[in-house]
Formats: sequence, structure tokens, C-alpha cells
Amino acid sequence: MAEQNSEYGVDPRPTVIADDLHIVYRVNGAKTGKGSATAALSRILKRGEERGVRKVHAVRGVSFVARRGEAIGLIGSNGSGKSTLLRAIAGLLPPEKGKVYTDGQPSLLGVNAALMNDLTGERNVILGGLAMGMSREQVKERYQGIVDFSGINEKGDFITLPMRTYSSGMAARLRFSIAAAKDHDVLMIDEALATGDRKFQKRSEQRIRELRKEAGTVFLVSHNNKSIRDTCNRVLWLERGELRMDGPTEEVLKEYEKFTGK
Amino acid sequence: MSETTHDGTVAVTAAPSPDEGLTAAELAAKYGLSVSGARPSLGSYVRQLWGRRHFILAFSQAKLTAQYSQAKLGQLWQVATPLLNAAVYFLIFGLILHAGRGMSKDVYIPFLVTGVFVFTFTQSSVMSGVRAISGNLGLVRALHFPRASLPVSFSLQQLQQLLFSMIVLFVVAIGFGSYPSPSWLLIVPVLALQFLFNTGLAMIVARMGAKTPDLAQLMPFLLRTWMYASGVMFSITKMLEGRPEWIARLLQVNPAAVYMDLVRFALIDGYGASNLPPHVWAIALFWAVAVFAGGFVYFWKAEERYGRG
Repeated sequence: MAEQNSEYGVDPRPTVIADDLHIVYRVNGAKTGKGSATAALSRILKRGEERGVRKVHAVRGVSFVARRGEAIGLIGSNGSGKSTLLRAIAGLLPPEKGKVYTDGQPSLLGVNAALMNDLTGERNVILGGLAMGMSREQVKERYQGIVDFSGINEKGDFITLPMRTYSSGMAARLRFSIAAAKDHDVLMIDEALATGDRKFQKRSEQRIRELRKEAGTVFLVSHNNKSIRDTCNRVLWLERGELRMDGPTEEVLKEYEKFTGK
Repeated sequence: MSETTHDGTVAVTAAPSPDEGLTAAELAAKYGLSVSGARPSLGSYVRQLWGRRHFILAFSQAKLTAQYSQAKLGQLWQVATPLLNAAVYFLIFGLILHAGRGMSKDVYIPFLVTGVFVFTFTQSSVMSGVRAISGNLGLVRALHFPRASLPVSFSLQQLQQLLFSMIVLFVVAIGFGSYPSPSWLLIVPVLALQFLFNTGLAMIVARMGAKTPDLAQLMPFLLRTWMYASGVMFSITKMLEGRPEWIARLLQVNPAAVYMDLVRFALIDGYGASNLPPHVWAIALFWAVAVFAGGFVYFWKAEERYGRG
């Protein structure tokens, strides 16, 4: 299943094993489409066999083994189950069937992962670091590095302002910088780089390569084929929740580009 | 180079490896991988939580200062809010309704202020506990940490808030003729026990609120009922004079009343031990330990489910 890549010295120890993974979402009250109070009341009264609950089968039987030192790109059209798969690997969604095994705790970095908006960027860096399990000393040591990496202070002293005053790009950059400051065994990035500017994207791609060298595994969801080419050595192609292709970046991207008609 | 397997996946032929032919579960076991998102054992959960103690403390302090960051008077509200709270209750219950029932003013005003502050401590811990998970989903979904950090941190925030209220309370007590004495030191163990109780309760409602966010709408009514039944603004024994004794006893052993009465007993000169139910310290200890331990286990049992869906 897994190919070897000598460039980064992929070592055979697996970090993530997905075994026939199925994910089903249950959406409350999507069937009637009515959000009124009476509709909600009748839903409660009519309990029975999960009435008004719609099931969405988002991931259907995905299996793969990811190893240390691999950077894996996830591609597929919108709604193909990429983000769902990552959340299942992170242990944030329970599988309907099958299992995910991981080495340590994978970290998921998504576009919507808000930190604390009413606190300053400075506080967010410190709290984020502490929440990830760093000690006070480690946070102090890496603080400047995180701020520099995010580039938040390039246009003035923004780090001492509350995060609610940040633009969406700035907030995304700070979040990525905080999460990337720790050495993760498994780091998953869900389109978080798309919001940053070109300079920041370059820096973060560099950081992803570093994480790979430190024998971590990086998953990257992106609709930007170039950034997948630049950082990943392996690509998983999902379509309608199924794993359509799994292989070296060039091979899969060629097929994918043919499929999307580029 | 590649072949198509039965389910349509194109697999790349790999160099033969010693792991060939192992099932996923065997491979996971061989390299020590664990099932993602599984709940840790109670012991390791406690260790993880202890490891995040700096986060818990820093988070509670950050929340405390952020609370009034948008107000012009800023941190002054830390003291002004409890003061105004006490003033409103004094206006309604002291001056208009005469709920003091024969208590002298020197006793009733500190009695009322103590009641309001001590009950508010529990009340706001519960209210922030309900939203501890459901109001911080962004944080829960972004970072991995033992989720109990959140309700514990919010209770700690309320404890720090209470310390500001205590300054007001001491000034009020002195103003009405109760001067500092060694018995004031009893306030420390009482509030420590109440903090344990509050944290346990916050963890219980945090789990319930994570599953049913509607609870946040319902909670204020439950808490107000609890407040009126606990004798915040009247003395339970005096109010229920002539009724069967067990009703008063029942109200008196409820945790909110126990902690309130103990602080009043410690603080106010004219409020003697006759106002306390028998075995009051044992009851205070029981509530603290039982609710904290029970709440912690109850919260831990759903650890893997927070932030999902």
C-alpha cells in the first residue's frame, strides 16, 4: 500500500492506520426543513425511530497506512469527505464502522478553529501553547519565534490587540503559527494556508517540510495543486467519500487533473 | 507499476516489508498505536489534567480580565458589580419587604450581603459551567487537552471574582460593627469546600450542556428557585417558625445554605451557632467531596464525545 520515499527517508513505522473507516453524520431536523417552534416541538413529541434525523454517509470504507516522514495531500472536489476524514483521524468524530489507530495525539488545524477572540494575540499564543501541553518555560522560549513566524507584527504592534480585531488572514496565520510551534507526530492542515498571503504560504510550506524531517506525518487538504506538489510526496484522492486513488503525488495529480478537466 | 484492487483503489506496489500480511489491528499493536479519540483511563486523565494546571490558571485569569475589557471603567467593575448587587437586594428585601424579621440592622445587612455573594459564587460557576464546552467549541475542536480543564478553569475564575467580592464584604461587615477576629479565618476552609462543590457541579452541568445546549436557557430559573429556597435574604429558621422542624432542616442542609451559613457564622458577631444545623462541618465536607468526585467521574465518562458532531 505505502510507497517509500528515499528523499526524506520515510521510515516504516506507521503513524496513522485507517481500517475500513465509515463516517456517518446525523443531522437533526433536516428532513422537515422547518425551523419553527411548532416543528421543533412536534419533533420532540414524535420521538420514535429517530424521526427527522437525516443520515449523511460522508466517508465510505477508507483504508490507508501513513508512515513517519510522509507528507500526504488530500484532494477531491468539495464535499468529497476530506475534512471529515481528517476530523475522524483527530478523534473528533466517532467512526460508524472501522477504526483509526494513531501514534500519539494528532493535531488538526482547520480554518474555523477559532481561539479566544476577546483576548489579545499575545494571550492566545501563551494559552494555545499551554493548552497544547507546553510548559511555561517552553512557551516563553518559543513566543518570539511564533510571533515572527506569523508575521502579525510586520505592520505594527498587532499582537497586543484582541484577536477579534484581526483580519481573517491574520487570525489564520496566528493559529497556524501556534499549532506549528510544537513538534507534532501527526499534524493535519485543513486549507488553513489558503487564507495567508504568498509570503506566509512559502514560510508555512517550509515549516511543513521541517516537520517531515523531524519524522512527523503531515496531512494537507488543499485545492491548490501547486502547493500539494511543493510539499507532499503522496496523495490520497477522495471522491464521494471513497478513496479513489492513493499513490505518489505526480501520478495521482495527473489523473486528478484529467478528471477535473484541467 | 500500479494495479487496481477490488474496490477500485489504485494501489502502488511497495517494496516487500516485514509488515506484509498484517491486519490493521496487528500492525497497530506492533508499533504501539492506539485507537484515535479513545477515552484515557481515570488515572491518566487526572495526570493529564495536572499537566495542564498552568493552562487552567492562565486561562481563568485571562477570562477574568477579558470580562470587562470592553467597559470604560474596566476592572473597577470587579468590585462595583457585587456592590451594586448587594445594594439592590438591600433595597428590596431590607427596606421594602422587611425580610429581616427581627434581625437587627447590624446583623441583617452583613447577613444579606454574605448570602448574595456566597450564592453568586455557586450560581455563576454553574452558569459558566453550562457553557464551558458548548461555548468554547472552537477551542475544543482546535486543540487537544483534557476537557475538564474548561469547567475547572471557569470555576477558578469565579473564585478569583469572589475574592474581589470578599473585599466589599469585609468593608460592609466592619461598617456594621463586626470586627476582624480569629473566627474570620474559618472563611478560608468554607470557601475552599464551596469551590470544590462548585467545580463538581460545573463539571456535571458542563457535560449536560454539551449534549443539550438548551440547558443554558433553563438554568437561570432553576438557580433562582434554588436561591429563594436557600435563605439568601431571610433566615430559614425564622421564616419557617411554627412549621414542622424537618422542613427547615431539609432547607438548611442544602449545600448553598450550608456554605452561606458557615461564612455568616464566621463573619458576623450577632450570628451564633444556634443558626446552624447539627453536624454542619461534616455536611459541608460531604457535599464538597461527593459532588466534586461524582462530577469529575461523570464528566470524564463522556470525554471522547465533547466537541463532536
